[in-house]
Amino acid sequence: MNAAFPLMGNSGAAASAPSSKARVTADGSTTSAPDAGTLRMKITRINFYYGKNHALHNVSLDVATNRVTALIGPSGCGKSTLLRTLNRMYETLRHTRLEGEISLDGVNTLTLDVTKLRRLVGMVFQKPNPFPKSIYENVAYGLRINGHKGRLDDAVEKSLRRAALWDEVKDKLQKSAYALSGGQQQRLCIARALAVDPEVLLLDEPCSALDPVNTAKIEELLFELKPSCALVIVTHNMQQAARVSDSTAFMLNGDLIEFSPTGHMFTTPSDPRTEAYITGRFG
Amino acid sequence: MNARLIWRKSLNVTMLSLTGLCALLTVSVLFFILGYLMWNGGKDLSWNFFTRLPAPVGEVGGGMANAILGSLKLLLLAALFGVPIGLLGGVYLAEFGGRTVPFLVRYTADLLNGVPSIVIGIFAYALVVMPMHRFSTLAGGFALGIMVIPTVLRNTESFLRDVPSALREGSFALGANKWRMVATVVLPAASRGILTGVLLALARVAGETAPLLFTAFGNRYWSPGWMQPTSSLPVIIYTYATGPYEDWHRQAWAAGLVLLGLVLVTNILVRTFLSRGTSFERS
Repeated sequence: MNAAFPLMGNSGAAASAPSSKARVTADGSTTSAPDAGTLRMKITRINFYYGKNHALHNVSLDVATNRVTALIGPSGCGKSTLLRTLNRMYETLRHTRLEGEISLDGVNTLTLDVTKLRRLVGMVFQKPNPFPKSIYENVAYGLRINGHKGRLDDAVEKSLRRAALWDEVKDKLQKSAYALSGGQQQRLCIARALAVDPEVLLLDEPCSALDPVNTAKIEELLFELKPSCALVIVTHNMQQAARVSDSTAFMLNGDLIEFSPTGHMFTTPSDPRTEAYITGRFG
Repeated sequence: MNARLIWRKSLNVTMLSLTGLCALLTVSVLFFILGYLMWNGGKDLSWNFFTRLPAPVGEVGGGMANAILGSLKLLLLAALFGVPIGLLGGVYLAEFGGRTVPFLVRYTADLLNGVPSIVIGIFAYALVVMPMHRFSTLAGGFALGIMVIPTVLRNTESFLRDVPSALREGSFALGANKWRMVATVVLPAASRGILTGVLLALARVAGETAPLLFTAFGNRYWSPGWMQPTSSLPVIIYTYATGPYEDWHRQAWAAGLVLLGLVLVTNILVRTFLSRGTSFERS
């Protein structure tokens, strides 16, 4: 796995020290994983198009396991699009095109069966979207469609525990998922995604429809999930990115401007545009 | 200024009473028909009516058990034949179609919906009765089934389109393929509306007379199996109401009441079923 770890091109010093300044060029050609952590997904110079609209320009990014990677940037900068290239969710839309390579554990995701890829790379959406089924069936859904062998009950309980929802719902598993509050529904969606044991979990602004208390619960949950998978979170909220992530990517108009360890990004950003954004001068 | 105000107020009152009157007229037509049927048919409705065969010509009494059973058999066939086609076609239109083909299908379905029912009867006569050299329940069910298709198709499509796309994404993100997604998430979510549409479509064709005249024909006795001509409520109403006997007229009224009762009960059941709310949250 370490063989696949990206070296920093010519600046060998940066690659050797984990705390070193990560260097990013505006065209994204040499982008480092800013902190230690095993490489799980590697995005290499991708361009993405919605019809004629060129939405992502030559973006490269590494997703490390046991780390939270945050994608920040103003609306329409392409952070959600970038997220959706990772599990090929863009394919559900017509007239979309991806150039470049994205690999998962060294395997090009385009060569994987898309259903297998999405089982390995789970996703949680902006608005909680539980199915119109019982709480139990929501969690069991992914297991059922992937032909789970073994006891469903145990797997459902395990997933609900991992999503810190078990104590709240253990007595009403057969109730409709819509009986839950918004925050609970979002944790149910996380439990649903965790049930199939993904290696990577993508979260597309998971807290934007939630109040601060539920947001805090989800953020706490992210820390607890770190040991078991790689997490990528899109967020509008810079404080949230600063709180939960290990590395942060700042995007602007389809370009990846800067990708650094989060502490570094929020204290000494290397690009003036990053600084302007995180200090609130635009966006 | 004052005259203008009076003019405005009087116009308002006039329009209000005019629209109210028309609304009242619409409702009163139904109640008038219902009341008239009750008045004329109610007194001839007895247990015998539901259990006995029609009395021989000239004799008073007898029932319409064979017509009631015949109508039910015809509706069963219509459902077996028309509902799967309409349902799957609707799924195709809502979930799989591109642009051109669904447009054509939709347009054709709307045209088919407008085809006079007697023409559908001729079609079934040419396609089923002529080759088999006999009138039959099968031919009648076929004709009614054709009439069910466009209603079920359009209704299924519109209810499927109402299912939020977030649910589709949620299913895709867990590794479901398209057919799996439709079968396990979208169809169950829309099932209540689809079922409603099916029942309403069947209730509508239950009263069709023209397509049965030369397909199911008519029968004064029981019609065993599916290959014999069969009696049905609309046709027997037609025959009895135009017949020369006073007793027949009274029985036609009773049969009309039964038919309307059947349709009304279905309608009311469906509405109460539907009013318990949709099975997914609307945004």
